[in-house]
This record gives sequence, structure tokens and C-alpha cells, in this order.
Amino acid sequence: MNIGVAITGMGIISAIGNSVDETFDALVKGEKAITTVSNIPTVHAAVMKVGEIKKTNDELAAELGLSPDNNFSRTAMIGALAAKQAVQNAGISLINEYKTGLISATSVGGMDTTEKHYYDYFDNPELVKYISAHDGGDVAQKIAEEIGLKGFVTTISTACSSAANAIMLGARMIKSGKLDRVIVGGTDALAKFTINGFKTLMILSDTYNTPFDNDRKGLNLGEAAAFLVLESDEIVAKENKKVLARVSGYGNANDAFHQTASSENGEGAFLAMEKAFEVSGLKPSDIDYINVHGTATPNNDLSEGRAVIRIFGEENVPDFSSTKPFTGHTLAAAAAIEAVFSILAIQNGIVFPNLNFKTPMAEFNMVPQTAIKHKNIDHVLSNSFGFGGNCSTLIFSKN
Amino acid sequence: MGKTYINGIGCVSAQKTFDTVFLEEAVLNESLNVLPLELPTYKDYISPIAARRMSKAVKNGIVASTIAMKEAHVDTFDAIITGTGMGCIEDSDKFLKAIIDNNEEFLTPTSFIQSTHNTVGAQIALGMTCKAYNFTYVNAAVSFESAVFDAKMQIDADESKTILVGGIDEMTDYTQRLFKLAGFIKNDEEGSFPILNSKSKGTVFSEGATFFVLENKKSTSTYVEIVDIEMVNSLEVSEVESKIISFLKQNNLEVSDVDAVVLGINGDMEFDNYYKSISESAFKNTPQVYYKHLSGEYNTASAFGLFVGSKIIKAQQIPDILKANAITKSEIKHLLLYNQYRGIDHSFTLISKC
Repeated sequence: MNIGVAITGMGIISAIGNSVDETFDALVKGEKAITTVSNIPTVHAAVMKVGEIKKTNDELAAELGLSPDNNFSRTAMIGALAAKQAVQNAGISLINEYKTGLISATSVGGMDTTEKHYYDYFDNPELVKYISAHDGGDVAQKIAEEIGLKGFVTTISTACSSAANAIMLGARMIKSGKLDRVIVGGTDALAKFTINGFKTLMILSDTYNTPFDNDRKGLNLGEAAAFLVLESDEIVAKENKKVLARVSGYGNANDAFHQTASSENGEGAFLAMEKAFEVSGLKPSDIDYINVHGTATPNNDLSEGRAVIRIFGEENVPDFSSTKPFTGHTLAAAAAIEAVFSILAIQNGIVFPNLNFKTPMAEFNMVPQTAIKHKNIDHVLSNSFGFGGNCSTLIFSKN
Repeated sequence: MGKTYINGIGCVSAQKTFDTVFLEEAVLNESLNVLPLELPTYKDYISPIAARRMSKAVKNGIVASTIAMKEAHVDTFDAIITGTGMGCIEDSDKFLKAIIDNNEEFLTPTSFIQSTHNTVGAQIALGMTCKAYNFTYVNAAVSFESAVFDAKMQIDADESKTILVGGIDEMTDYTQRLFKLAGFIKNDEEGSFPILNSKSKGTVFSEGATFFVLENKKSTSTYVEIVDIEMVNSLEVSEVESKIISFLKQNNLEVSDVDAVVLGINGDMEFDNYYKSISESAFKNTPQVYYKHLSGEYNTASAFGLFVGSKIIKAQQIPDILKANAITKSEIKHLLLYNQYRGIDHSFTLISKC
């Protein structure tokens, strides 16, 4: 019997590539894409690095074929590009042929346009169209329109775990028969708002982020969008669809410790992983690779590391890596792009390296995989945690 | 398959919806295009020290959820699920304004920390050390319905027994100015802002927080059973009736079985046709209820609608101030709620007496 829910398509755009193929290529070559920011005018440009999609808004609009009077935020544009790729990858031609839904995720939605025009709205009538482009729902509605979807559309916003929760809800809806097919993922463009927010929290690195390193200095922000197509086994069988991998486990829990900081022993993360194992019926020893949240903030990596040790035992932690040195922390999109990386890991039998690592952390004996490693991978566990104590775990499995 | 009951409700809105039975102190104010909140006494629910840093959304969320929990005699949850269209815009506006006005210098993190959309759900969980499932939906007018949908799916599957769901939105001066500029709020110069049979565009806005305790078991405080809920992102005016018929049919009901229909009429002549298309045809002989003249519009105003619908069934009576037509029924067993905003994000909710 097949476990979990079939994944039949995926699409991605991030700093390391504009497609699944480009993404895989960069991951295999160890090409990180953390640079100085170029699309956003910010006074902090000299003291931080970001994972930026090197396309202007005009270039993105042209790629989508948008009319000049469109009111797409950057978040909506990259979201639409990734969702379109996913739908195409799944070989879907008639999107509304089955009961199909869209579950998007975003942290700040169209903030990139709002912050650009904040005071100018009142003097420039041409900008008024962007007022309605601010909220998360607008992003999802635009993605739905771009892929021609009419049906169940919603958006989840639980900060940096958002897309994991979108994938989780989608899997649950397929399992319960509420939908036959669902496009799930997340999108977040870089914004001055988040750059300054994380800067005031003093968790931005002034150089390249170094997850699980004893001398880690904080995160690099990034921007990205990724979507997966999940389909019922009935459609997969009927249309003889290629299954890329399966969503076999998921769990969400709240750390209930602090609005932004994680608890010392990683309670929320521990509970999320525990629930994901329960749903999947798998044991910790079944996991071949962990794509950790690994933001490279002092607090996250310590808390997550302790939670991982509580689940796996310090001697039995499987190969693990954070891929955030490649892309930066892409907030609400992080779990979606890391879902694509997890699927690529399963398909190609590759553990992607945790770049920039030098010194093991003093608190425990956990060393990430620093070089690319080839081996059979049946099950990948992926963690994502967000503000508000929101902790999510997904398990992806070979079909 | 489990059944979902509403066993407790708490509501903070433009009306006195706390310490009252059912809108007996409601006041219709047609002279304002943004209705102010009827404020609860926050210190009865939150310590003044904690309240000082909290935005309206968080405070109202805590008050409304506390009232709902008290009524249901529940103090732990298997899930906390919130919906908010605009999120914590008070803190978000504050942080954004500081960034722009001070050219990205001299910022403090507090308002950024509290600006994330899941702040209300997170603060409630933190306050009661609830480590359970915690989701926040942010999809405009179906934000709250998404939360209810998720909760119902968990109870249906026997995954959860007791769930807190809520819809929260707050208004700020800046957002108000933007919404007036965009025409979402009726033009100040109109002077009078009636909702029913309005001849102008835009609507009357407000804000609020409405929370519900959903359980898989009936109790002495039970209002109604939530039988079904469905959302569709876009529909033509002409498609609404057939959508409702098929929604009822999947619950083995017909239009004539619906004893009252609660409509999200908001006085926007451009989009109230969606309601008109059914109130003048399928539901012309059904008691019709509207509520946004009392609550104002906001992305989660439909949670106020569910509060109204639940109270109607429990009281078996429709207060005159809510009536959109003169039809009456001796018993109100099945009640349908329909809402949309600006032609998108349609939701259909069926609740029944139990």
C-alpha cells in the first residue's frame, strides 16, 4: 500500500535558480547565491547579504505576460511563476477538470509594493491600484487567476513555517477526499519591512550564514516561491501519472514559550516531529536525511538541535543539512522550496551539503553533512519553525 | 464521523456583544462610514501591564476567546485556529511608518515582532501554554471560514475534540485613509450611509474579534451544529443560486428547508447583486437576515455573521434590527450563511438546530 499523498508536480524560483532543473544544478555544484541586495534600496545594503532573485519586477511581469496596468506585487509574481511551473510539471491541462484547490502561504504578502508607495498613494492616482495588493488573499487570488483555478483557495500565514502548513493542509484535504487535487506552497519577496525587522532583532548575519556552526552569526534573508501539486491516488491511477514522491507525514505544534524565541529544549519542534512520525507510521531510524530548518541564528540551531537529539538520540542523528546557505531564509516560502529540495534528494539519492560549516557546536555532538553525499534516500524529514512558536515537520517518502 | 457543535461564543464588535444576551442594546448608526468598536473593559481580562504592549487585535482576541471559553466551560484545546484578512496592521503600520520616516534607522523590534499575522493565535496559546496545533489563515473574506473548515475537518476525522476558532481584524487610521482613497469605504461626502438598498459604491468598515469553541459533543451551552462549510474563490452572480442548491443537496436539503438565510450585504451597489440574485429568487419566501449595518465590514465580519446565525437558532427568534424582509417562520431549524467580498471569496455555511 502507498503511504501518504502523491506529489505529481513542482515548481520553484529562488536565488539559486528559476526552475527545478536550475535549482538542482546549483545544489549539486554547491553554488550558493547569497549576494549584496540589488533590487531594494536599503541603507543596510553594505552590512548584509541576501538570497535575491536577480530579476526586476518588469522582467517578472514580462515573463508572466502581464498587462502594464497590472497590480501584482513581487510576491504574487514569483508565486504565480512557481505555481505555473508546478501545474505544467504535473501535466495538467484542464485545471478545473477535478475538484482542485490552491493553498498558498506568505508572511508579508504584498508588503513590497505597500512599502514602496506608502506616502505616494495620496499624490499619485496611478498607484491606487496597489492598495488592494497588500494582503495575503490578493496573492492567492492572483495565483489562482494565473493558473485559471476556480474553487477552494486559501492562504496560511504562520510566519516562517507557513508553507509547511500549506502542504500539510493540502495533504489532509486529499486524504479526507475534500479535494482531488491541490496546489500547495508559498511565496515571499524580499522587503525592507522584513530586512529591518530581522535587523532590529539582531539576528541578521553580516556575512554568509553558517548553520549549526559554533560561531554562527545569524541568518541571510532570501526571497523565493515554490509550489507542489498533490493528487489523489484515484487520479494518479486513472491518468497513469508519474509520482515524484509522497507526503507521508506531517505535524504542527506550538512551542508556547515566547513570541519570537524558541524554547531551550525545542519542545515545539520535538512535538511536531513526534506527530509527523505518528501520522506516517515511520520510525526515526527510517529517516535517511533531515533538511533542518537551520537558520543559523544562535537560538534556532541550538533549540532545533536539541529537539532532533531528543527524537533520534545523539548517536543516531541521520545525515542532515541546512540548505539556507544556498538560498537564504525565504520565510513563508522556506518550507516549500525545501520540500522541492527534499524531493530532489529522494529522486537523485543525494544529501545536499550544509555549506559554510567549520566548527561543531559546543553544546552537542551534531555535525552536518558538509559535502555532497550520494546514497539511497527513502525518507526525508524537513523542519520549519516560525514566530509565534509555530513548529512544523513534514516527511517526504519515495513512491 | 464526528459532528461539530458551537458550545461557546465571544464577540467584540461595533455593538455591545459582550455582557448582553443578543443585540438587545444594538444601535444602528448610519451617520458613520467607519464604525468604532464598543470597547470591553480590558482590565477584566488582561493585566494592564501586559495590555500596554498589545495591539487592539490581540486584546480583542484575548477578550473574545476568554468569553467563549468561559461559556463553553473549556480551558484546553486540541487546536487553536484563527483567521484574519489584514492581520496585525496596527503594529505593521507602526513598524513600516518608522522605517520610512526614519530612513531605516533607530528602530525597535517590538512592533515587528507583533506584526506577524499569527500573533493573536500565538498570544492566546502562549497565555494558556497550549502546545497544540496552531494555524492562522489570511485569505481576505474567507480567512475565518478557512479556520472553521480546518477545525471541522479535524473533528469530522476524530482527530480533535475541542477547538478554538476565531476571526480577528483591526482598523488603523492609515488603512482607513487608504481604503477611502481606493473607494472601499463609502465617500465621506455622502453624509448618510444606509446599507440596505444602497445606491453607492463602497461600504461601511469596522473591526472586531469573534471566537467560537467548537466541540465534538453537545453540552448545556450548545448553540448549533455546524453541518457544512464550503468556499469558492470566484463565482459569477448567475452561478450563486446553483452553487447553493448543490451545497444544500450534498446535505440532503432543498432551498425550502432553509428557515433563514444570513446574507453579507454590505451596501456596495457594485457587489450586493450577489445577494440580490438569491434574495429575490430562491430565497424570496425565506426569512432574510443582514448584519453588516451593525458590525461594519471587515475581512472577518462573517464571524460576526456566524455569531448572529447561532444566536438566532438558539433564541428561535430574529431581532427586528436584523431583518432584511418581513417573512417569518415558526421554527428555525436550518440556517444558511452566504458571504463574499467584492465578488470574490464566497463562503457558504450551514448550521442547524440540535
